[in-house]
Amino acid sequence: MYGLTQLFSGLTTAALLFLVAAGLTMIFGGLRIINVAHGSFYMYGAFIVSSLVGTALTSSAHATALFWTALIVAPLVVAALGALTEYLVLRPLYGREHLLQLLATFALFYIFTGVSLLFWGGQYRSISIPPMLQGHLTVLGATLPVYNGFIMLIAVAVGLFMWWLLQRTPLGWRIRAAVEDPEMLAAMGTNVRGLFTGVFTLGTFLAGLAGAIVGPTQSVTTGLGAQILVSAFIVAVIGGLGSVAGAAIGAIIIGLSQAAGVLWAPQFESAFIYVAMILVLAIRPSGLLGVPEQ
Amino acid sequence: MLSLQDIHSFYGRSHILQGVSLEVEAGETVALLGRNGVGKTTTLRTIMGLTPARKGVIIFDQQDITRQATHRIARAGLALVPSGRRIFSNLTVRQNLLLAQSHSKSPIGEGWTIGRIYDTFPKLAKLDSRRAGFLSGGEQQMLKLGRALVANPRFLLLDELTEGLAPAIVGDLFMWLKQLQDEGLGMLICEQNALFALDLAQRAYILDKGQIRHQGTADKLRGSKEVMQYLGV
Repeated sequence: MYGLTQLFSGLTTAALLFLVAAGLTMIFGGLRIINVAHGSFYMYGAFIVSSLVGTALTSSAHATALFWTALIVAPLVVAALGALTEYLVLRPLYGREHLLQLLATFALFYIFTGVSLLFWGGQYRSISIPPMLQGHLTVLGATLPVYNGFIMLIAVAVGLFMWWLLQRTPLGWRIRAAVEDPEMLAAMGTNVRGLFTGVFTLGTFLAGLAGAIVGPTQSVTTGLGAQILVSAFIVAVIGGLGSVAGAAIGAIIIGLSQAAGVLWAPQFESAFIYVAMILVLAIRPSGLLGVPEQ
Repeated sequence: MLSLQDIHSFYGRSHILQGVSLEVEAGETVALLGRNGVGKTTTLRTIMGLTPARKGVIIFDQQDITRQATHRIARAGLALVPSGRRIFSNLTVRQNLLLAQSHSKSPIGEGWTIGRIYDTFPKLAKLDSRRAGFLSGGEQQMLKLGRALVANPRFLLLDELTEGLAPAIVGDLFMWLKQLQDEGLGMLICEQNALFALDLAQRAYILDKGQIRHQGTADKLRGSKEVMQYLGV
């Protein structure tokens, strides 16, 4: 049942990738900005949880309560940082050349990395899984850590929430309209700049949430952001830049290709996601649900 | 109601509008005519704040809107019916209308609701939950006009409304615009189809290379050989 275990592992990766890529793709779709610093928000989510929870487990009830609090506080702090970043750094750059925007988010990436070294140092930090979410489930003979199930559950909940927001609410229609034609939306009386700040804040909130929940599954380091950024970009690109539903499908494809790599050819594991990307883009150059640029 | 005074606009480094001045009174229909690429669309974009003027003043309803953000200009009561397929193609017809809806306290005439839009354009009512991207060219024009009207604007800016439409639909369009005029809605109509615009308008301006070349009543311009020749009519 090693295969099934790998499938679960792939879906866990997919869940995290979706949370990060959903923000990345929305920010590109609306603001037309390729946010290289997006991974940094993810990293901050993990670091903030590690600071709040601490490494040592004191009493189990206390640890669990602390963990839930951290899970809410960390994404909120990250989102506030995101809002500030959009307002101070990106706003003046809308409508400017892409290279300048890319340089700005690239610079932010370095600054955020530097600041994290200042605050949290260069050592690895580890976060314990709260007692409530420890242990394993056995599904069809394969093992699934309870915590991985929890990660998937959060991603599914976020996915459903995003679907509801974008399909069923006037705010969501505005976001989709802004992706298609921000000028016309403004000419119809919507404050598109304010909407963009909201989209950026929501995107960074999701990155912060992903970082907050990933903490207990791996060691928290400064490199966390760069690590996920590359995969999340691939997810966003194969899903079609701007499409949240595409990001969900892309995340599953990449998560499972990675798992297939581990299963069949561990020495070429990292090649698998690139092969998946090449295959998808060869068939659909704008991504699975992307719209070709005019 | 709307007044442009010595407006200069640029796209990047190219100087598109070179001192355009024009006036439209409340309830008046004015045509802005000229060949392709003389700055008609840029004039409308500049009024809406999409291509802000570098120089000059734009007054709407006694308010200086020259440096205002586009959404504030829209909320002040200006609505743009753009040229081309600029509906939100991923949203349904109703969603397109809902995003534009505003509840103005001082609408012109009896005021517009989605219900009244559907009464005026029964075809749109039938397409209510259809994705706007699937609409035909004529239906998209109706949606663009309906979308501008549910905002309950105090003034309409129309950009190349007849472009690419079948003659029968152009006839319908003429009738609808006439009704809006009768309700007292002011309009600035940019058109390649000069005769269509001159039939609706009381006055017209002829734009050439970013400057106003001629102006006068619609009747006078229609009678001028020079103007008609320039417009290629």
